[in-house]
Amino acid sequence: MDNKLLFAVTALFNSPEEILHAVREVRLAGYTKYDVNTPYPLHGMDGAMKLKPSTLSYVALVLGLTGTFSALFFMWWVSAVNYPLVIGGKPYFSLPAFIPITFEVTVLLASIGTVVAMLFIYFKLPNNSYPLHDTEYMRSVSSDKFGIVILAKDPLFDEDKVVSLFKDLRSGNITSVYYETEEINVRHTVFEPKFLSFMAATFIFTAALTYFSLNYILYWQPFNWMWFQNRVDAQSKSTYFSDGFGMRMPVEGSVARGFIPYPYRGDQASASKYLVNPLVASKEVLIKGQDKFNTFCSPCHGYFGKGDSRLRGQFPAPPSLQSEKVRNYKDGDIYHIITVGQNIMPSYEKQITREERWAIIHYIRALQRSQNAKESDVK
Amino acid sequence: MSFNQENLNYRIKEFPRSLNLLGWGLLALGVLLIVVSFFVDRTRSSFNILVSFMFLMSIGLGSLFLVALEYVAGAVWSTPIRRVSEFFSTILFVIPLLAIPLYFSMHEIFHWSHTEIVRQEPALSSKSPYLNVPFFVIRTLVCFAVWLLFYLLIVRNSEKQDKLKDQALTTRNIRFSAIFMPVFAITITLAAVDWMMSLEPHWFSTIFGVYYFAGTILAALASATIAVVFFIKRGYFTNLREDHLYSLGALLFAFVNFWAYIAFSQYLLIWYANLPEETTWFLLRWQGSWKIVSIALIVIHFVIPYFGLLSQPSKMNPGRLLFMSVWILFAHLFDLYWLIMPTFSRRGVVLGWMEFAFPIAAVGIVIILFTLKAKNTNIVPIGDPKLQRGLDFRL
Ligand code: HEC
Repeated sequence: MDNKLLFAVTALFNSPEEILHAVREVRLAGYTKYDVNTPYPLHGMDGAMKLKPSTLSYVALVLGLTGTFSALFFMWWVSAVNYPLVIGGKPYFSLPAFIPITFEVTVLLASIGTVVAMLFIYFKLPNNSYPLHDTEYMRSVSSDKFGIVILAKDPLFDEDKVVSLFKDLRSGNITSVYYETEEINVRHTVFEPKFLSFMAATFIFTAALTYFSLNYILYWQPFNWMWFQNRVDAQSKSTYFSDGFGMRMPVEGSVARGFIPYPYRGDQASASKYLVNPLVASKEVLIKGQDKFNTFCSPCHGYFGKGDSRLRGQFPAPPSLQSEKVRNYKDGDIYHIITVGQNIMPSYEKQITREERWAIIHYIRALQRSQNAKESDVK
Repeated sequence: MSFNQENLNYRIKEFPRSLNLLGWGLLALGVLLIVVSFFVDRTRSSFNILVSFMFLMSIGLGSLFLVALEYVAGAVWSTPIRRVSEFFSTILFVIPLLAIPLYFSMHEIFHWSHTEIVRQEPALSSKSPYLNVPFFVIRTLVCFAVWLLFYLLIVRNSEKQDKLKDQALTTRNIRFSAIFMPVFAITITLAAVDWMMSLEPHWFSTIFGVYYFAGTILAALASATIAVVFFIKRGYFTNLREDHLYSLGALLFAFVNFWAYIAFSQYLLIWYANLPEETTWFLLRWQGSWKIVSIALIVIHFVIPYFGLLSQPSKMNPGRLLFMSVWILFAHLFDLYWLIMPTFSRRGVVLGWMEFAFPIAAVGIVIILFTLKAKNTNIVPIGDPKLQRGLDFRL
């Protein structure tokens, strides 16, 4: 016995009142390194031990705020910067839609982080052994007794004094607890290979489980029931409609959003007469026009509209846009040709919006002027 | 620590006369202003009655719910302060009186009460089997009757127990309370839908009843906290500790969050779906000067109470708790104003002496009822078997 190192002296009590009284006495006797073990949380124990409020709540606060801001930042970056997608006609960054996720991430990070912090910082996790483990004392306080320990490292500690104090408090069971040799010699750290490999194994196991459930289990019955739905897919048959088509034509006279029907189909004269370019030839408009012209027109008409097609005879060479005829065309004429096409030139109505067509026209005018510059233009 | 009659020195209590005077003074001032307002602008006056009506209903009905909740949940911590909520629930007797002027100005308040208009509007005429004056009146009367019935059943038993000290009364109350729970859920939804949602008869929101419920509980908890802090400061409650205050504060804090959660749920779904028949309600409150009120509501009803009650000490400090409770009570009134008044004035905010006159009268009514009731009744349920455990309650 004597060559063993003393860890603490423990005492057991029978009722909450007794332990509260004992704690108060121990504290008044000046001991600071002591702890209490009870089968359930005792009201008033914090006050009796004069415990300071736990710092764990600050860990939770900091982690929670981290969750809030990282979630918001990530969603902003994904949906407004990196891959902007219009969803339901909402702005890219629309806060209401992000609030539920922000809330979840906040709670998730705060709760998981708090548990992890508690395990690793407060309970010093990889160190899983404690001299009180596997003692009669621990067994009693986990069932029906209330225990107090005064640790040997307390500056006022003296085994005989402590024992007599406990005796004065009329504890029925006073024992001294000693370190086991292993507990003195071995200190576990987070970087121990055993611990690291345990963590790695956990990670791999969880990852594998996740992968498996997402890639296989999802396709098993009944998890795949959502796939089978009572709806008509595009391009599929339907027994409901008499013509057998699943897809329907829009109701007569309906107009798609943003598309106003072109009124001068087959009537270039009116287009030339009534259509006026609504855009001002600003820098932005010309840049846009250039972009669209180079994309849609230049393959046939050439970068300068000279008719120098890059299609190498795959397509009949188109006429020059620098010709006298096109230079004298009204804007409405060119708009008409882009919209409905001309002979073998196809219509670009579907690819190029109305505004872009007018921008292209501005750009063509600029091209024409650049190729037929007058003396006065140089000034 | 056994039950000790000498401990109960709070049984004898003399409320300061000034409190009673304050109540009557507020009521008199309020009523005077109300009478004037009735001649100045009858419609506006009616809408304001509606706000105060709902406000009083919140406190009265919410308090009865808290009483029932304590019985059903078997809570002990709140037993010593249960009487406070019982006193507040006497407001349920005044609410039917307030409904009378509302009945006579129905046509000013409720668009759907005009049968000629309803007949021409398909949306409204299809709702008319529910939204019509006779059925509305029946529903209202049934709600009032049910609330008063349960008030009499539960609170009477509780008061009887002071003399009889009969444990069976608690058991009976538990049963009544359990029945009251679903009844309460249905009637409060009816009340919220009938009196507030139907102001915009085209609009609907399935969460509206819960939304009003959240505010109701806040109002009831806040009133109870105000009274409890007042009692503690005046020395009527000598055995209450910060543990009881903390529990009240924690409940307040929880329901501040619950309110925000429900309010946001309602907003998020409507905002996301973006359906014209649903968005109008929020659009109205997001246009012109109402926008300021809407933003202020978020701050007043959520942000400030949230941070005001977040930390543990702030839930135990009587002064802080008193301030936050008054604040939350005001926030609930503000919430009702935001729910009701935009229908009266679509163009923008209306805020004048009239909007203050009615709450003044309402607060007066609450104080008077409370002091009247407390005069003849113990402010602690001295016959309740849970009382001693409640007094010993520690966190
Ligand atoms: C697939 C090749 C091709 C593309 C791309 C193309 N065009 Fe044409 N375009 C032609 C051909 C071919 C003609 C001559 C049609 C005919 O025989 O009248 C033509 C004719 C024209 C004319 C009338 C010229 C005239 O002298 O009658 C104009 C103006 C014109 N294109 C403008 C455009 C514009 C603007 C674009 C870009 C939006 C464009 N084209 C894109 C092939 C093309």
